[in-house]
Amino acid sequence: MYSEKVMDHFTNPRNVGEIPDADGIGMVGNPVCGDVMKLFIKVDGGRIADVKFKTFGCGAAIATSSMVTELVKGKTLEEAMTISNKAVAEALDGLPANKMHCSNLAADALHAAIRDYLAKRDGQAQAGHGH
Amino acid sequence: MEKIYLDHAATTPMRPEVLDAMLPYLKDRFGNPSSIHSFGREARKALDEARDKIAAIIGAGPDEIIFTSGGTEADNSAIKGIALARRDKGNHIITSSIEHHAVLDSCKALEKQGFKVTYLPVDQYGLVRPEDVRSAITDETILISIMHANNEVGTIEPIAEIARVAREKGVYFHTDAVQTVGQIPVNVEDLGVDMLSLSAHKFYGPKGVGALYVRKGVRALPFMHGGGQERGRRAGTENVPGIVGMAYALELAVKEMDENIKKVSGLRDALIRGVTERIDHVRVNGHPVKRLPGNASFCFEFVEGESILLNLDMKGIAGSSGSACTSGSLEPSHVLLAMGLPHEIAHGSLRLTLGRDNTMEQVRYVLDVLPEIISKLRSMSPFGRTAQ
Ligand code: FES
Repeated sequence: MYSEKVMDHFTNPRNVGEIPDADGIGMVGNPVCGDVMKLFIKVDGGRIADVKFKTFGCGAAIATSSMVTELVKGKTLEEAMTISNKAVAEALDGLPANKMHCSNLAADALHAAIRDYLAKRDGQAQAGHGH
Repeated sequence: MEKIYLDHAATTPMRPEVLDAMLPYLKDRFGNPSSIHSFGREARKALDEARDKIAAIIGAGPDEIIFTSGGTEADNSAIKGIALARRDKGNHIITSSIEHHAVLDSCKALEKQGFKVTYLPVDQYGLVRPEDVRSAITDETILISIMHANNEVGTIEPIAEIARVAREKGVYFHTDAVQTVGQIPVNVEDLGVDMLSLSAHKFYGPKGVGALYVRKGVRALPFMHGGGQERGRRAGTENVPGIVGMAYALELAVKEMDENIKKVSGLRDALIRGVTERIDHVRVNGHPVKRLPGNASFCFEFVEGESILLNLDMKGIAGSSGSACTSGSLEPSHVLLAMGLPHEIAHGSLRLTLGRDNTMEQVRYVLDVLPEIISKLRSMSPFGRTAQ
C-alpha cells in the first residue's frame, strides 16, 4: 500500500531526534487519528540550518516527517513556509488516499516551528527595545 | 526469509486435507442439492452428512443448523431476523460494547429502524458482567447478543451464566462464537444459547461459509428470500464444497482440540512472558486466564501500532493492531477503549494470534526482533523515555 520511497523513509528515517538548543519547536497532533509530531529547527541567516523530528504515528506519519526535514534543510523561512502537505506527499511518490491526512502533520509541524521561531525572535527584538 | 503467520484470529490457512475433501464437489459432484436426479442426490447426501456432523459436534439437531456465507451473515440474520420477527413483543436489544462489527453494526442498523439498543460496558479484562445483563433487561427486551470470545483481546465471556439470566427472563440469547468454535469446546446445550454463529475459515476451513445455529422453536425472519433452501430460512443454492470443507475442518479441529489447546496456549504463554520480560511499558490486554489459547494482545506505550506492524512485516512476521492508523475509519479499537484504555495507549496495540502450525522456534524469533523494533520506534517518539 505504501510506495518504495515511503518505505525507505519509514525504514531509515532521516533527521530523527531533538535539537536541544532549537530556535523553533513545532508540536502538532493529528486530530483525525491522534498521532503527534514534534519538529525542531535551527535558523541561521534566515535559512533553516538544521532540522530534527520525533513522531508518534503510523508509517506515513514517520515517512512524511522524515521527508519534510529533507525538503526544508537549507531553505529560507519564506520558502519553507510554502511547503505544503501535498508537496511532501508528492516527494514520497504519493500516499494512499486514507493516509493523506498524515502528511498534514509534517507540514503543520514545520509551519508551527517556524512561527515559534518568529515569535521568539520578535519577542526578543521587543525586549531589546526596552533597554 | 521465513514467513511467520501470527494472525490466526483474522483467518487461518485451509488444511490441505480439507481442500482434498472439497475438490470432488468442485468437480464431478457439482450437482444442486435441490435437484431430484442422481447429481442432485449426491450433493444432497454430502450436504446432509455435513449438517449432521456439525450439529453433532456443537450439540445441536441437524434441523437447527442454517448454512450461511460466513460469520457476518450468521450474525446479521440472527440479530435482524429475531428483531424483525419479535417486533410486536418489544423493541429493546442488549449487546456489549466489544462485539464484532457484524453484531454492532447490525444493532446500529436496527436503531435506525426504531429499536433501542443497550451496549453493555465491560471490565478492565473485557468481561461482560451477567448482573449488568440482568439489570439491563426490560419488558421490551427481545434479544441479547454477547460474543463467546473477543477477537481482539481473546477474553472468553461467561456465556452460560448470561444465558441463564436470559432464559430466566424469557429473552432470546445469541452468541457470536466465530472465535471459539473449533478452538475450544463449544456446546449449545452447555452454553444454553438460542442462537450461535460460526465461521469455517477461523478453524482451517474455507472462506465464504459459516453457519447459524437456531434452537428449535425460535422464530427468526429469513434474511434471504428465494428458492426455499434451508427449510425456507436461508434461500440460495447451498455452497456444497464449502459446507463439506467446513464440516471436515471442524471434525479435524475437534479431534485434535485437546492437543492443540495445549500446544498453542504453551506458545502463547511463552510469547506473553517473553514480551513482558524483555520490553517495559507494555500491557497485556484481556483476561489472564479466561482467554483464547492463541491470543496474545499487547499495548506498547509511546509507539503506534501500524509502525510496529510494518516493522514486523519487514522481518516476515504477520500480526495485527487496533491502532486508529490501521483501521479504515481511523478510530482506535472500540474494544480497547471499552476496556478503559486511553486513546494513546490503544494506539500502540499489537495482536499476535497463534495457530496450529506455529512453533516455539518462531516465538523465539519474535522475541528476538520485537524488542529492537519497539526500542527503535520509541527512540523516534516524542513521548516517554527516548530509550526503552
Ligand atoms: S498519522 Fe495516524 S494514520 Fe497516519
